[in-house]
Amino acid sequence: MLSKNLFQAVMTVTLLSLVACGQQTSMSGAGVLGSDAASAVYVAPGEYDEFYAFFSGGFSGQLAVYGLPSGRLFKVIPVFAVDAEKGYGFNEETKPLLNTSFGFIPWDDAHHPELSQTNGETDGRWIFINGNNTPRVARVDLSTFETVEIIEIPNSGGNHSSPFTTENTEYVVAGTRFGVPYPQQDVAIDSYAENFKGMLTFIKVDPETGEMSIAFQVLLPAFDYDLAHSGKGKSHGWTFFTSYNTEQQSTLLEVNASKNDKDFIAAVNWKEAERYLAEGKGHDMPSEYMHNIYSDRTHMATSHTRNSVKVLIPSECPGLVYFLPTPKSPHGVDVDPTGEYIVGNGKLSADLTVHSFTRMQEAIEASAFETEIEGIPVLKYEDVVGGVVEKAGLGPLHTEFDAKGNAYTTFFISSEVVKWKVGSWEVIDRAPTYYSVGHLMIPGGDSRNPEGKYLVALNKITKDRYLPTGPELCQSAQLFDISGEKMKLLSDFPTVGEPHYGQGISASRINSRKIFLIEENEHPYAAKGEKDARVERDGDIVHVYMTTIRSHFAPDNIEGIKVGDKVYFHVTNLEQDFDVPHGFAVMGATNAELLIMPGQTETLLWEPKKEGVFPFYCTDFCSALHQEMQGYVRVSSRSSNIALKWGLGDLPM
Amino acid sequence: MQTSRILMIGAAVLLLTLFIFPLWQITLIAPQYPDGVVLKIWIDKIGGNEPGTLQNINILNHYVGMKPIEPESIPELSYLKYIVIVMATLGLLAAWINRKMVILGWAVLLLALGVLGMYDFYLWEYDYGHNLDPNAPIKIEGQAYQPPLIGQKTLLNFLAKSYPHLGGMAMFTSMILAFLAYWIKNKTKDYETANTSNAMPVADGMLAQAQAD
Ligand SMILES: [Cu+2]
Repeated sequence: MLSKNLFQAVMTVTLLSLVACGQQTSMSGAGVLGSDAASAVYVAPGEYDEFYAFFSGGFSGQLAVYGLPSGRLFKVIPVFAVDAEKGYGFNEETKPLLNTSFGFIPWDDAHHPELSQTNGETDGRWIFINGNNTPRVARVDLSTFETVEIIEIPNSGGNHSSPFTTENTEYVVAGTRFGVPYPQQDVAIDSYAENFKGMLTFIKVDPETGEMSIAFQVLLPAFDYDLAHSGKGKSHGWTFFTSYNTEQQSTLLEVNASKNDKDFIAAVNWKEAERYLAEGKGHDMPSEYMHNIYSDRTHMATSHTRNSVKVLIPSECPGLVYFLPTPKSPHGVDVDPTGEYIVGNGKLSADLTVHSFTRMQEAIEASAFETEIEGIPVLKYEDVVGGVVEKAGLGPLHTEFDAKGNAYTTFFISSEVVKWKVGSWEVIDRAPTYYSVGHLMIPGGDSRNPEGKYLVALNKITKDRYLPTGPELCQSAQLFDISGEKMKLLSDFPTVGEPHYGQGISASRINSRKIFLIEENEHPYAAKGEKDARVERDGDIVHVYMTTIRSHFAPDNIEGIKVGDKVYFHVTNLEQDFDVPHGFAVMGATNAELLIMPGQTETLLWEPKKEGVFPFYCTDFCSALHQEMQGYVRVSSRSSNIALKWGLGDLPM
Repeated sequence: MQTSRILMIGAAVLLLTLFIFPLWQITLIAPQYPDGVVLKIWIDKIGGNEPGTLQNINILNHYVGMKPIEPESIPELSYLKYIVIVMATLGLLAAWINRKMVILGWAVLLLALGVLGMYDFYLWEYDYGHNLDPNAPIKIEGQAYQPPLIGQKTLLNFLAKSYPHLGGMAMFTSMILAFLAYWIKNKTKDYETANTSNAMPVADGMLAQAQAD
């Protein structure tokens, strides 16, 4: 007996050291990867990457645009957070985008970018992203790579299971992560079970303009709705939301919400919802929220207050929602490209549960329900499960798919990506991540047509992976080649903020515009030529209609401004050439600069507090005479009677 | 129908393509302009490969003190189209008459107009290239910015290429066709008097078809 134990102990040590060795070699980086990995990610100077990749910035509130396979960063698109560099949220035109029913909010936590789809395929028109903290969904236009719309989600708290699209972008969704009182009101927190609810929101997307509107909300028990994905192909018409805290606890959730052996995936039949709405089953519920939309014609955003939503109550709408029991607080829910399999990534489990859409429908047909919660039928686990990937790793979070019937799942605790076969549920390969991977992304990997030969693991922790930068370290993206049987690590690179989810798309599917046509500029304060440049006073409000063209402002000398005025510099960039933005900065401005694209008009509010003569200048190196692109504004005392006067060169204007 | 008559109809119709295609194209190439800045000259307008081309060229030119190109102040752009219409009509008339000397006359007239046009173009280029604003931000002693009449030339940081576009080539081809028609006519015996009456309806049909195309 003793000898047998000893043998086991020796074997264990040997195995462990083997594992350790294996880790050691793959961690030593380039030496082992060799030059073929280097050439696989090398995009020669002047050449283009094959894919665009979009990674959310998490708590930076932004969306970063990279190229794959190079990992080069192209742009950080400000979405939910102000960005002084671009004047976003500082200039008068973009401020309305950040309005909410709580007022102007300059920050949010952006998690899940989601590309628009047509016939289940990414179409390169828009990318949506959720704001978690003050529930919102934004739309970024992929012809301009700018945020063009933000809609607030009422009756929600923590917009996490969002904005996953349906296969023709009929809807993007917004499920609440936190149960909140419904309607929002002053109640005791421990009245959670009685007063709190969980709302799932379906946002209609206009197929032509992309404009969003809240179509309806579904009132559910106050579970924490964590992530979502919509059905595709045969399961088109359904959206699946994972939940945890089915215990409905409001305190010490790490213990109290981890008690139930199984939580639920909520399957919502939105085609049924449309039918019930048509039948008039939607309750008009007063709910205040903001809808902000930006126009590329007026170059400005406008905010609209909305006051009501349609709410569907499942007990009144049989067949609208079913619960699928899923082990251990499932995090991501991912639907395979055929639409048959619904993967529940039970984050406190070592196994992956995969539900079968066909079996789910059969169980619904047979009305084989385990029980009912608030009028929502709970299906039996053994009736809906299609397969289990056993002992795949520890802490599964998210799954994406390739075009060859394989799935790839991230395991946060065991810090790895595991490749497995859909249908046979066998593990094919595993690769370590550095460290603690959250989401992963394969271009098209959550659509009907994965494009991927690449997989990107989005890591939460980097520890010793890069040169240290003080206590705060970067997060990272780790690029794998998945064209072969084995995943091959190619490179890793730091990301902007914390990347949660990502999206990837063939560069050829995106149509990026070069300029805005000046004759299409409908900004009410545009000066579409130097002859329109002028200064107008209305009480203590002064409007400066200013133009820029290489290499001067018109006007560039302004007098007659007084302390205490509100001066609006409306700057129109007359350039019609690719990549010739001009900047505008004026001394003492308490907001930021303007960065104006060709054909665009942007407005900076300047409130002079002191008398004097203050310079302004172009901040974006535009031309050989960029340094000369400057001017002065004279500020006189409140009581002075110096006339308003402006000019350029020897031309009084 | 007689070859010379077909050639002359072709020559006249080819001239009408000047209403579609530019006469000439000047391309400026520099590292910051990977697609080139392409200036196109039609018989009645000046433009480029993008809506902003003219403005972009004028912005570049103002650094060295060149005058802005303003199509409305170039009179040729307002009357060249009438000359083309007249020449096309005369060409068809020559085809109808189909006499050796008439054809030669038309060809020589077209050649003369072409040479005159090139000379006029040269004068404009010379004026733009040499008549510089003394207050220009960038002044280089002895440097002129006249683009080549035809061919290529380096002007500061730009390589300027000046070549005929489709319209210019069509005009040149038209001239060749007319001289060819004369040459054929000259080689064969003059018996058009016998043919004129029965050949005309065919020629009319051809013409109608060519214009429909
Ligand atoms: Cu500038």
